Amino acid sequence: MSIKTTRDAIREALASEMERDARVFLIGEDIAGGMGAPGEQDAWGGVFGVTKGLLARFGRERVVDTPISETAFLGLGIGAANAGLRPVVEIMFVDFFGVCFDQVLNNMAKFRYMYGGQGATPITVRTTYGAGYGAAGQHSQTLYPIFAHIPGIKIALPSNAYDAKGLLAAAIRDDDPVLFFEHKAIYDQSAEVPDEAYALPFGEAAVIAEGGDCCVVAFGNMVNVARQALPLLEQEGIAVTLVDPRTIAPLDVDTIVEAIEECGRLVVVDEASPVCSMASEIAALAATHCPTALKAPVVKVNPPAVPVPFSPALEAAYLPGAADIVAAVKRAMQGTPVRTRSA
Amino acid sequence: MSTLSAGLDALHVYRQLRVLREFEDQMHAAIARGNVPGFTHLYAGEEASAVGLCAHLRATDILCSTHRAHGHYLAKGGDLEALALEIHGKEGGCCGGKGGTMHVADWSCGMWGANSIIGASVPHALGAAFAFRYRGEDGVAVSFGGDGASNQGAGFEAMNLAKVLNLPVLFVLEDNGYAETTAAGWACAGRPVDRAAGFGIPGVEVDGTDVVDVWTKLGEGVRLARAGQGPSFFHVRVPLFHGHYEGDPETYRAPGEVKRLREEADCLKKFRARILGAGQADATALDRIDGECAARVAAALAKAQAAPFPAPATLTTDVYAKA
Repeated sequence: MSIKTTRDAIREALASEMERDARVFLIGEDIAGGMGAPGEQDAWGGVFGVTKGLLARFGRERVVDTPISETAFLGLGIGAANAGLRPVVEIMFVDFFGVCFDQVLNNMAKFRYMYGGQGATPITVRTTYGAGYGAAGQHSQTLYPIFAHIPGIKIALPSNAYDAKGLLAAAIRDDDPVLFFEHKAIYDQSAEVPDEAYALPFGEAAVIAEGGDCCVVAFGNMVNVARQALPLLEQEGIAVTLVDPRTIAPLDVDTIVEAIEECGRLVVVDEASPVCSMASEIAALAATHCPTALKAPVVKVNPPAVPVPFSPALEAAYLPGAADIVAAVKRAMQGTPVRTRSA
Repeated sequence: MSTLSAGLDALHVYRQLRVLREFEDQMHAAIARGNVPGFTHLYAGEEASAVGLCAHLRATDILCSTHRAHGHYLAKGGDLEALALEIHGKEGGCCGGKGGTMHVADWSCGMWGANSIIGASVPHALGAAFAFRYRGEDGVAVSFGGDGASNQGAGFEAMNLAKVLNLPVLFVLEDNGYAETTAAGWACAGRPVDRAAGFGIPGVEVDGTDVVDVWTKLGEGVRLARAGQGPSFFHVRVPLFHGHYEGDPETYRAPGEVKRLREEADCLKKFRARILGAGQADATALDRIDGECAARVAAALAKAQAAPFPAPATLTTDVYAKA
C-alpha cells in the first residue's frame, strides 16, 4: 500500500492484467508513441502518459499503436474480443467517439443479444472526459449518459485512484464490453492504493459520507468537487450523505434509493449536459422509487446546456464547483415540501 | 469448355450452389405467401462468390458478413434448419429469434454474423485476423461487403489498418450493381481495385458468375493470407436475381433485366454446363442433387413455419453474460 496517482494506479492495473492474462493487449493512438518515427520509442505513453513504460515491458505485439483511425482500431478490438482476446482499446478523448460511435452503438453493445448469446465481446474501452483544460468544445465533453442509454455495455466512472485500479481490473476480466471513463482531473490526484492486483465489483456504489440531512449523488470527478463542499456545508450545520455510484451500468439502485429515503432530500451532481443526463436519471429514480420519502424537490447540478467554452473565464463559469453544490444543498434543505395528494 | 482446376470438388461445389439457390428461391415463395416477418434480402444470383471462397476456408477461419447473408451462412457451414428458424423468428433459430434475417450467425463454424449496418463488419475481420496472428495461428478472416459498403469510411479505414499491420484478411466486394436502388456505376467513383491499390493492397477483378474464377482467384488470396503476406482485395461482379429486399417493386431496373441476368449470368447454370461438358458429372447425378437440395430446404422451411415462437421470458436474456 502506498500513495499513488490515478495515472500510476491505472498503469498498474493494465500491467498486472497483462501479466496475469496473455490475452490482454493494448491498442490505440500513441499509447506508446513514436511508432515508425525516428526519435524515441514509447515517446509519449499515451497523450496523458498513462501507458508510459508498458512498451518496454510487453513489446509492440501487446502495446499496439495505430493510425488515427478510431473506427478501424475500435472495430479491430471488437473483432479480437469476439475471437477470445481481451483488448483494452484507448479512445483518446470521449469526443472522438463521434467518428466511431457505430462500433459502440450497433456492434459491441449488440453482439451478445443479437446473435442469441452464442459469443462474447470482452473488450474494455478506456477514454478520457471532462472540462477544465482549455480544450474547448471537441476535447472536453462529458458524454457517459449517451452510452448509458445503450443496453449491452457496462460503464465505469472511477472518481479516485483506488477505484480506478480495481474497476479497471474488473473491466478487463469482465466477459461483457466495458467503457471506462477517466476524468483528466483525476490523473494527478493521489490516494492509498494497494500494490497487489485487486478487482472491485461493478454495480456497488460507495457511500463516502453518511450525514443523513441531504443525499448528494455525484458522478466521476464531481465526487471530488462534492467532497470539497462537505466541510462548507458542515459549517452551516448540514450533514450530507455522499454517494459515488462508481459504475452507471450497472447502477447500484438499492444503495442510491436507500440514501435518498434516509435523507428525504436529493441533490444530483453531474458534469454532463443537463438533458437526459445521469442527474436526470437519478431524479427519475427518486420520483419512481421514493415518492413518499421526498421532503423537497430534487435539485440537479449540471453545467448549462451549451458546448464547453475555451476562455478560462467562460470555462470556470461552465463547470459546476463546490459553491454550486453548497447552494444546491441549501436549496434542497429549504425547498418547498413535495405536496402529497390527500387520500 | 475448359477442364476444371485441380483440387476443386465439382459435386461439392455444385451441391453448395444449389442449396443456396434453393433456399433463397423457396424463401422468396414463402415470403410471397406472407408467412415471414421482417425485411429479407435474398442472395440468389450471387452464390458463386460465397461458395467459391468458402471452399478454401476452415471452420476456424472467420467470416464477417452483411445484411444479405443467408448464402454466406450456409457456405461457411451454418446449419440449414437453424437458419430457417431464425428467419422466421422462431425458437431454435441460430440466434434464438433475436437477430433475424439481417443478423444470422453461427460462431461455431466461424460465421460471425450478418451485420446490417453497411460497412460496420469490415474492421471486425481485422480483429479476427489480429487474433490469429497474436496466437501464432495461420487462420484467415474474410470481410464481405457490397458495392454500397464499398463507399463507407469503415472499409477504407480497415483497408489502411490491415495493410499497416499486414493482417491475414480478404476484403471481398460483392458488386451486384445496386446499393438499394442506386446504381453502383454512378455511386462508386473510380475502379474498386484501384482503391485497393491506393493502399498497396493487391486488387483482383473476379467474374462472380463463374465459380471457378472465384475459387481460383480468391483461393490465391487465402493462400497469401495464410502465408503471412497480408491482405488482398477482390471485386466480384455478381447478378441480383431478386430485389434489394423482398417486396421491392424493382422500379429502378431496366425492362427485362432480371430475365436477361437469369439467362446469361446464372452461376449455377454455367457451372452445371461446365462440369457436364468436362465430363465431371452426369446429368442424372446433378438432377439427384437438385432434388435432394429442394427436399432438404422444403423440410427446413416447413419445420420453421410450424415451430413455436421463443418464450417471452427470453426477451431479457443474453444482454449481459450474467443476468
